[in-house]
Amino acid sequence: MSEELVKLKIDGQEVEVPRGTTILQAAKKLGIRIPTMCYHERLTPIGSCRMCMVEVKDYDHPVPACMTPVEEDIEVITDSDLLFEIRRNALKLMLLNHPLDCPICDKGGECDLQDLVYEFQIDKVEFQEKLPNKGLPEYATPFIRQWADRCIMCLRCITACREITGRQAIDIVGKGWDARVAVVDEEACKSCGECLFVCPTGALTDKLCNIKGRLWTYNRVQTTCGYCGVGCQLELNVYENKVIKVTSKNGVGPNKGSLCIKGRFGYEFIHSEDRLTKPLIKKNGDFVEASWDEALTLIKDKLTEIKEKYGPDSIYGLTSARATNEENYTFQKFFRSVIGTNNIDHCARL
Amino acid sequence: MTNSIEDMTLKAEVILVTGSNTSECHPVIANYVREAVMKNGAKLIVVDPKRIDLVDYAEIWLQPKPGNNVAWINGFMNVIINNNLHDEEFINEHTEGFEELKKVVERYTPEYVEEITGIPAEKLEKAAKIYGEAKAASILYAMGITQHSNGTDNVKSLANLAMITGNIGKEGAGVNPLRGQNNVQGACDMGGLPNVYPGYQPVDNEENCKKFSSEWGASCNINKGAPLTEIPNLVEEGKLKALYIMGENPLVSDPDLNHLKKCIEKLDFIVVQDIFMTETAQYADVVLPGACFAEKDGTFTNTERRVQRVRKAVNPPGEAKDDLTILSMLAEKFGVKYSNNPEDVFEEIRKVTPQYAGITYKRIEENDGVCWPCPDEEHPGTPILHVGKIARGKGLLTPIENKPPVEQPDEEYPFILTTGRRYEHFHTATMTRRARALNYYSPEPRLEINPEDAKQLGINDGDEIIVKSRRGEVKTKAMISDRVSKGVVFGCFHFSEAAINVLTLHALDPVAKIPEYKVCAVRIEKA
Repeated sequence: MSEELVKLKIDGQEVEVPRGTTILQAAKKLGIRIPTMCYHERLTPIGSCRMCMVEVKDYDHPVPACMTPVEEDIEVITDSDLLFEIRRNALKLMLLNHPLDCPICDKGGECDLQDLVYEFQIDKVEFQEKLPNKGLPEYATPFIRQWADRCIMCLRCITACREITGRQAIDIVGKGWDARVAVVDEEACKSCGECLFVCPTGALTDKLCNIKGRLWTYNRVQTTCGYCGVGCQLELNVYENKVIKVTSKNGVGPNKGSLCIKGRFGYEFIHSEDRLTKPLIKKNGDFVEASWDEALTLIKDKLTEIKEKYGPDSIYGLTSARATNEENYTFQKFFRSVIGTNNIDHCARL
Repeated sequence: MTNSIEDMTLKAEVILVTGSNTSECHPVIANYVREAVMKNGAKLIVVDPKRIDLVDYAEIWLQPKPGNNVAWINGFMNVIINNNLHDEEFINEHTEGFEELKKVVERYTPEYVEEITGIPAEKLEKAAKIYGEAKAASILYAMGITQHSNGTDNVKSLANLAMITGNIGKEGAGVNPLRGQNNVQGACDMGGLPNVYPGYQPVDNEENCKKFSSEWGASCNINKGAPLTEIPNLVEEGKLKALYIMGENPLVSDPDLNHLKKCIEKLDFIVVQDIFMTETAQYADVVLPGACFAEKDGTFTNTERRVQRVRKAVNPPGEAKDDLTILSMLAEKFGVKYSNNPEDVFEEIRKVTPQYAGITYKRIEENDGVCWPCPDEEHPGTPILHVGKIARGKGLLTPIENKPPVEQPDEEYPFILTTGRRYEHFHTATMTRRARALNYYSPEPRLEINPEDAKQLGINDGDEIIVKSRRGEVKTKAMISDRVSKGVVFGCFHFSEAAINVLTLHALDPVAKIPEYKVCAVRIEKA
């Protein structure tokens, strides 16, 4: 199926894209950045924030680049004094709905709003309105805290809940100044944290761990989730040798940033007090702590004795679908070449 | 999987999901399926005894009685061939055995299939036509297809269906088993199986035996080992004396637990290497403290054969060590030197595993993972298998007859028990039950039972019940749910205090030796 191509100019540069492409996508193809706030690659354009307004020659008004499809031969301007003012005012209006409480916000340092306010040199809140205090309402899941006063109503969370997870646990409730994101169907929430993942501000924050930190106070290590076989890429946020949060990166891995409850909130077992910390040897029916040397020597002696008496096939090794490739390889190599048996298997069938 | 996650969903015109409770067990893949339906207008066919979440998005849902999968798949092919929807060019060029297959499926008319499975004939016909008419249709399946005493037959039948419609070796198609554990694909690839070396090279082949013997500087055994489901028999016959278990919990995950426990007790020596004192570790003579995924470097291979990096974020607790280090320390006791550096080991893996030959840590880093087969460093990896030519040469179409499950419900045990997973938990739940967030939603075992059955038995939601099979009994709580049909109950195997595998039977598929977890007969009583 051949797609119909449309030719247009953005900031004087020519580009050809399939019909139906938005101005924002076409600009991205040229490497031209248009500031955005409510737009998210995986969601249908929302068009609520007015940050991506662009001028098109011969059009009456500036248009939102995220929602406007390209037309043949149009000429788009992505940066001008007028656009700077429009975007700056859009941000100022957002700040009506957002206290500048950055010093106490978990999102500080990785907040889209903070970055844009900085970029657009907004040094004071000009518009003041006495808004009702929305406080910290109960959210759809106990593992996310909703800071209702920080919500700029970009609607990303609601859209992600509906489009990515196919649920509708949250929606807009109320009108005018009272309008807010609220839980409409608690049962529908699967605690996947997709809303938390797409929130561009600190209106939704992780509530599971009581140790909080900000971007520069901990390390983020990208790894592969240890649960099901999808192989989601996630980031373990580490503070003083402790995993305090799981985050994910948009577009990265087979999951493209999405996770489920297990991947996002199921990490606490890592630091469980029940973890085994020392080798144990059973003596008279009870486990007794032992040194590594003692435990390994005993294993070697016993396995050697059994092998000599009953042959290598009297020993069986269960390797693991939880362990790495390197560990699995080494395990079967040990059994095949040192013990001398092919009695190796794992829980692939279970 | 023959195709990648994104390809089999977002590129497909029709998606057939069967024997996979995708939203519970592979939630992120379920998101893709939903996106394919909602945004791309893909048509979804669900064939499952359970009313799974994805049914809400399905064009059509067929609800067969548990077991008897071959019957409906043959029925699909019957309708497709009778309506001339099969791909004759693909069949002629890329497959063999079509005439024999045709002869068998001829008898599986929609009416005959209805008799066996309970699927209304006209519904089967409609679904088969949707699949058959698609330019690209993918099949997604999981343990609901494989965990049967004829699991291999089920899988072969799905392959037959895909091949006769030309849905192999192209975008948006394929036969795609969703694998349930983080590195179950990798554990198989690495030769964690009794019959093959790394890269699926058979052990009972002299050349392979020689190759690996010389690579490892030892003489390898040319006799195949036994699959894990045969362990109880080997112990009873006095052939097995010692068991070394690295990161497994068979005393919760394996079938017919009461019998397995008796066998395990007879062993002379058991080593368990794990991160927790599991139900299995309790039986060990030596327990070694291992490290979890966050505490080590290495690679996992996901369900789409993508080799991805695992990176160490924190240190293991106390004296615990990662399995690679433990194995190298143990090998040293035996006078053998093994590397405990994951990248060094990966380099050795590449050398002996043709599918991994072109994959390096550097390439994984640069490319967001690499899908095997990847024969050399110039090769981009293979997200879709069998493109242009089926790997075997000609795809073998196997005529298969339907076989009913081994144990059928009767007067004494009138219900069919089918087992599986729940969204919040993973496998034997040693990890997930130690995470507050997961326990919050799913703190205790529940057995799903149809409202009509519950009413007849006088059972209310949350009532304590006793479930009995010919092998044992467990106490659990009822969960009234219209997701299961009348006569069927669903339990998950996460909870050791109500270990559902006390009830399951040790009936194995003759080839794959997989247990029939999806069908056994039980009786339910109020506690």
